[in-house]
Amino acid sequence: MRRRNFLLGLGLGALAVRGVRLYAAPAADAKCLVVFLRGGYDGASLLVPHSSPFYYEARPSLAIAKPDPANAAAAIRLDAAWALHPALKDSLLPLWERGQAAFVPFAGTHDLSRSHFETQDSMEGGEPLDGPRDYGSGFLNRLAEVLGNANPIAFTDGLPLAMKGSLTVPNVSLKQFGKAVFDDRQMAILADMYHGSPLETSVVEGLQLRKDVAKDFEQEQNEASRDAISTKGFEREARRMGRMLRERFGLGFIDVGGWDTHVNQAQALDANLQGLGRGLAACAEELGPAWDRTVVVVLSEFGRTFRENGTRGTDHGHGNVIWLLGGALKGRRIAGEQVAVGRETLFQDRDFPVLNEYRGLLAGLFHRIYGLGGAQLDRVFPRAREQDLGLL
Amino acid sequence: MAARPGTQAKLFIGRLLLVLGVLACGPAFATDARKPLTTGDVRWLNRITYGIDSATVERYRLLGRPRFLEEQLRPDRLAVPADVQEAIAGLGVARKPAEQLLAEAQAENQRIQALPDDDARQLARQAQNQAANLAAAEAARRHLLRALWSPAQVQEQMVWFWLNHFNVFQGKGTLRWTVADYEERAIRPHALGRFQDLVMATLTHPAMLVYLDNAQSAKGRINENHARELLELHTLGVDGGYTQQDVQELARVLTGAGVNAGPAPRLKPEWLAGYRRSGCFEYNPARHDFGDKIVLGTPIPGEGFKEVERVVDLLAAQPATARFVSRKLGLFWLGQEPPRALVAAMAGTFQRTRGDIPAVLRVLFDSGPFKASLGSAFKDPMHFVASALRLAYDGKRPLNMTPVLGWLNALGEPLYGHLTPDGYPLAAQAWSSPGQMAKRFEIARSIGGGNAGLFNGDDGKSTGNTGFPRLATRLYYEALEATLSAPTRLALDRASSQQEWNTFLLSSPDFMAH
Repeated sequence: MRRRNFLLGLGLGALAVRGVRLYAAPAADAKCLVVFLRGGYDGASLLVPHSSPFYYEARPSLAIAKPDPANAAAAIRLDAAWALHPALKDSLLPLWERGQAAFVPFAGTHDLSRSHFETQDSMEGGEPLDGPRDYGSGFLNRLAEVLGNANPIAFTDGLPLAMKGSLTVPNVSLKQFGKAVFDDRQMAILADMYHGSPLETSVVEGLQLRKDVAKDFEQEQNEASRDAISTKGFEREARRMGRMLRERFGLGFIDVGGWDTHVNQAQALDANLQGLGRGLAACAEELGPAWDRTVVVVLSEFGRTFRENGTRGTDHGHGNVIWLLGGALKGRRIAGEQVAVGRETLFQDRDFPVLNEYRGLLAGLFHRIYGLGGAQLDRVFPRAREQDLGLL
Repeated sequence: MAARPGTQAKLFIGRLLLVLGVLACGPAFATDARKPLTTGDVRWLNRITYGIDSATVERYRLLGRPRFLEEQLRPDRLAVPADVQEAIAGLGVARKPAEQLLAEAQAENQRIQALPDDDARQLARQAQNQAANLAAAEAARRHLLRALWSPAQVQEQMVWFWLNHFNVFQGKGTLRWTVADYEERAIRPHALGRFQDLVMATLTHPAMLVYLDNAQSAKGRINENHARELLELHTLGVDGGYTQQDVQELARVLTGAGVNAGPAPRLKPEWLAGYRRSGCFEYNPARHDFGDKIVLGTPIPGEGFKEVERVVDLLAAQPATARFVSRKLGLFWLGQEPPRALVAAMAGTFQRTRGDIPAVLRVLFDSGPFKASLGSAFKDPMHFVASALRLAYDGKRPLNMTPVLGWLNALGEPLYGHLTPDGYPLAAQAWSSPGQMAKRFEIARSIGGGNAGLFNGDDGKSTGNTGFPRLATRLYYEALEATLSAPTRLALDRASSQQEWNTFLLSSPDFMAH
């Protein structure tokens, strides 16, 4: 009997397991995806300060060429001061032109350790830097807790700190997965063993998630064999992610590595940005109509040194560019506090300063997306000063 | 047994095969008719070890519980099996101490810096990076070989516990070169020794000094990180009654303690007497703040390294430290918040014995709450994987730990892999997310359904030992079967093959708990 119930659950998902948080999507649900670029990406190559002579001086071999329609390797002019890396011409630029993309330069955390892991960690935690920390609590988990019906998920192998906390958040990596390991009969037996146990929800959710992912994989295989176009790398992952967000998740987290470009930066960064841009555009496409209810935040633990180093790369810096994408965004602008880019405005004579603290910026964003008030935002980002970019 | 009519015949054959299998290859322990272990014995043994196996059952029967426990708490005469010892001796990190690995790495970095060609430099950097990864992976392999196959099972769990208590992260700075040495020389010798010695050994180890940035801290350029964590996470605990002022004073005490794998610095004559060097730990008086300090109300006159010894004594002797460490030990062994009375009893022993770890553990293991917790605490990934392998490969001891590293990674609890100084969470609820459960089932299938590469050679090639393990052994029937819940037995009865039976057993709620 129990077994039948479970099989029914596997077949009819939402109907049979209505009580499970996973499927309780509210009608007017806003969606949010946080993309964490681990390693500290070079924002000065993404968003090129083309009106600053100092940029070209500080980066003799790494500067992206000034906007020039005749030069495919040149930056693409966005406004009088900023231009976009050419690797994003076919992916992000169309979103920008539709007003569905915005960039916030001089953004990040005031954490100054310049250590990847410490800064990633303090960022994912989202707690104030000057106070005791709860190492086990991330800002997205607290957001999900405050929202109550966010349907959070981490598209990662392990649960990232951002999603850790008092709420149980499922995680599944979409990088590689194959066919289901267990068939329905085996899954039913596994679930039956946990019937009535405190772990039952976790087990049923975990098996269901794994089954869905495998099903998606099989469909993907079928489609690929039909039209012979198969996507690879992050784009494939992002398409899968877009479908899962569209179907039943509301708050997602994914991380992308490979941004720590100390040596021969240009080539690696070009390939990474291209993959990331394609992936995000593909994710938007898969989201379909839900794209209009979705906001994507792309951020990184810190920026890189403004000057290039001796190995045609850049070292750990400070301020960086946060990207915001979304179907309903009032974008097509460079948002937040800014200063002219020059030697005199560098932080410690080496990095972009942080003028837009990420906690305040995200608090402002969550206010707009979810209508959260002061006490709720203070739970997500304790003592943060909310900053409204007016993008939604 | 509630088998359905249609499956009766298949089950009978299945059972018959299992029994034949046991008779054919199950020499697990002597065949004389002895009283089976009680469920209480089995659960106790299952928790005291990384998971029950025939050798521990045999030893337990021979010694009885009190003597078995004493041997576990003072395990000097328990030796790692020869084949395991040989595998460990073959690891590079077992042959070189941290100072040598660090010195070699520094020399290599200098050589790479001097290479004229960009591409050659990049290739050399990659090779160097791989060598560092290997050093850390070897440290983890050694840890796992001992955890799985050493008879000193309480000691092995305590090595893990203290590694986690005095957590370091291999991804920071030079730590991939030093984590093996950290475990071997700072943790292992004191895992069942005195707490105070652990504090001193970890505090002065290059891995910790780099991890918590004290290596960069010097007079006038203070970094408080190490001082804060020493108070908050290693000794007193966050509510242990220290102030920000104590953190600052302690940070000044710690100035001068650092790392040097190269030649000794040239020092002014007045610093020479206070200079210390042990391996690549260096105490450099030229970096030390010699002003007087007050820590926890106790004056610490500025006199160099002696200040470190004084504060370690001071911190280890605090009642708050006794309580903090006792509570954490209780949490680890009970899998849940230990009752206050138990913590108080343990802390009392801690103080009376000046931090004698076996004495504190004895109070814990003899306590009612410990006995009451048996069989109900959810395993962390390390215990889940280790217990599965100990049961599946009882007496056969696979030595290729590469698959095991992968499983621990997948379950989010790799060795030396926790970023922040707080270590992995000890409370059970940290490990039961949906992703975790689904992965555990898949790992159960990998272990129960084949050999998973555990017998492959170092090159990854199969050595011919294929097939799947037999979990339905005499050990299972004599010790484990009686402890299983009805839903688990029902699931086992529904298994259509031995592999599936293995998978269900290792996936069962009974097996997830200890």
